[in-house]
Amino acid sequence: MPNKNKYNTAELVAVLSSRTLENNKVVFVGAGLPLISAALAQRTHAPNLRILFEGGIISPEILIGGLPLSTNESRAAYKAVMLPSPTDLFSLQQRGYIDYGFLGGAQIDKFGNLNTSFIGDSENPKVRLPGSGGGNDIITSCTKTIIATHHEKRRFVEKVDFITSPGYLNGNKDRENSGLIFGKIYKVITHLAIFEFDEKSKLMKLAAIHPGVEVNDVIENTGFKPIIPKNVARTKAPTDKELKILRELDPDQRYTSER
Amino acid sequence: MKKTEFLNIRKKIEQKNHGMIDKVTNLDQAVNLINNGDTIALGGCLYSRTPIAMIREIIKKKLTDLTIIRNLVSLEGDWLLASNCLKKIITSWYSIGVTWGVSKVMRDYMENKKAIYEEWSHLGLNLRLKAAAMGVPFLPTFSMLGSDLLKNLSIKNFDCPYTGLEMCAVPAIFPDVAIIHAHRADQYGNVQIDGPPFIDSDVAYSATKVIVTVEEIISNEKIRMTPDRTVIPFFCVDAVVEVPFGSFPHECYGLYESDYEHFDEYTKMLKETNLKGLGKYLDKYIYNPDTFNDFLNIFSVKKIINRIQSGKEICNA
Repeated sequence: MPNKNKYNTAELVAVLSSRTLENNKVVFVGAGLPLISAALAQRTHAPNLRILFEGGIISPEILIGGLPLSTNESRAAYKAVMLPSPTDLFSLQQRGYIDYGFLGGAQIDKFGNLNTSFIGDSENPKVRLPGSGGGNDIITSCTKTIIATHHEKRRFVEKVDFITSPGYLNGNKDRENSGLIFGKIYKVITHLAIFEFDEKSKLMKLAAIHPGVEVNDVIENTGFKPIIPKNVARTKAPTDKELKILRELDPDQRYTSER
Repeated sequence: MKKTEFLNIRKKIEQKNHGMIDKVTNLDQAVNLINNGDTIALGGCLYSRTPIAMIREIIKKKLTDLTIIRNLVSLEGDWLLASNCLKKIITSWYSIGVTWGVSKVMRDYMENKKAIYEEWSHLGLNLRLKAAAMGVPFLPTFSMLGSDLLKNLSIKNFDCPYTGLEMCAVPAIFPDVAIIHAHRADQYGNVQIDGPPFIDSDVAYSATKVIVTVEEIISNEKIRMTPDRTVIPFFCVDAVVEVPFGSFPHECYGLYESDYEHFDEYTKMLKETNLKGLGKYLDKYIYNPDTFNDFLNIFSVKKIINRIQSGKEICNA
């Protein structure tokens, strides 16, 4: 299990997510962890990474210690370069301008399908969740979708109860055969590991484990069998610099408290 | 939608009075434009520029069987559901905001089948209104393909006549009434918005009747000085009501920020009382205060000034 003395699990996910974002790219982020990760990347290796928010906000500045609580409010629009309608923003995404999308979900399955709609049967749900929002549009049309989430068995399921946001559907060529011709599910980043997807089968494949984590920890906390290669890389722990910036961004730990 | 229905909806717009006439009225009168069973599209997004003052009037008038359309639904959804005004909500996302967790009221109404939540992707829903705003019966998109959202909706897929690509044909939706809260308008209904415009233009263009509440009514001469800020023209609008703070406790860009503490207290109350405190809450904020100013009076002057200062600060970039 990760070293909890220096950083908590949410901070670990935020730092590792930030490292996957490249400079001179455009990232569509949701409130919370995705936003923190993008803001951290801007302050470390990717000063020219530009953020988009669902409310129709292009390249805002992030107020240190004053993070927006949603992506559809004035605070999120601080020093933006443009405020188009959300319809126009999603259109620009369909056009191919958005490099990264950043999502989470109540459930994720072995093909990267996400559920943010129902726990249980959609006709008689145990829990009615908030819904897609822009999640479905992002995973459909942005170039690379990153999924960042806490790693729990009940969240990493064999098959999601409802596909709100389609990953690779049933694997192999099912995504493109269903008309989803853009984009790929790039990485799944959790507090235990980083996954990618097998080129052919589109099954989730363990790519790296975090410091202090063993492959068995991953297997025990995953509700399906991911592909486990012989040699699994190990990620580098968050640095003091990364943690310092992260804590300046979110001093009250609204988004980065221990889960 | 059948061809005859589509043509009838267009006819209603042709038959409206398109004159640049005085449309200023008050909340009591404007609410009479809405009937039981109507489909109502709301402007703004989540807790930004929600037409709270008009929504209070709808609840006070005890309108029923309404359908609400909104891109993202927040506190106003809870108010309308808990007052039994709604049969259906058409949206892409519903809760107060990510940090306040899943709406307990929404869960109660949807899980116990007391109302319907028709879920679309954000772009999918916006395109329904865009199609209506354009006066066409559908628009194509790749969104929602392959997902289970499609299974629960009556969307038809089609092959693009040019490329052969499979696409979703998202059907236009024509609300009976649109309700929008904006920064300012003149007496004729030329409406201006500052900050994120969201999809308010499409909300207005798609509807048969349009009610606009504004922070301030200004002169037509002033509108003409900044016509680039006008997002809805007079001929779309049926009623203009001046309601300062008409979106509070939600925000209005550059003027006041949301009362997040109200959201905190509200969600805490629902949790502690397991929804049983809702009746008392609705009495306090909706049924007991007679006018909208009486409603604002419940919040302290100190609170409102604090929200104004904060709202100004974050917009003076």
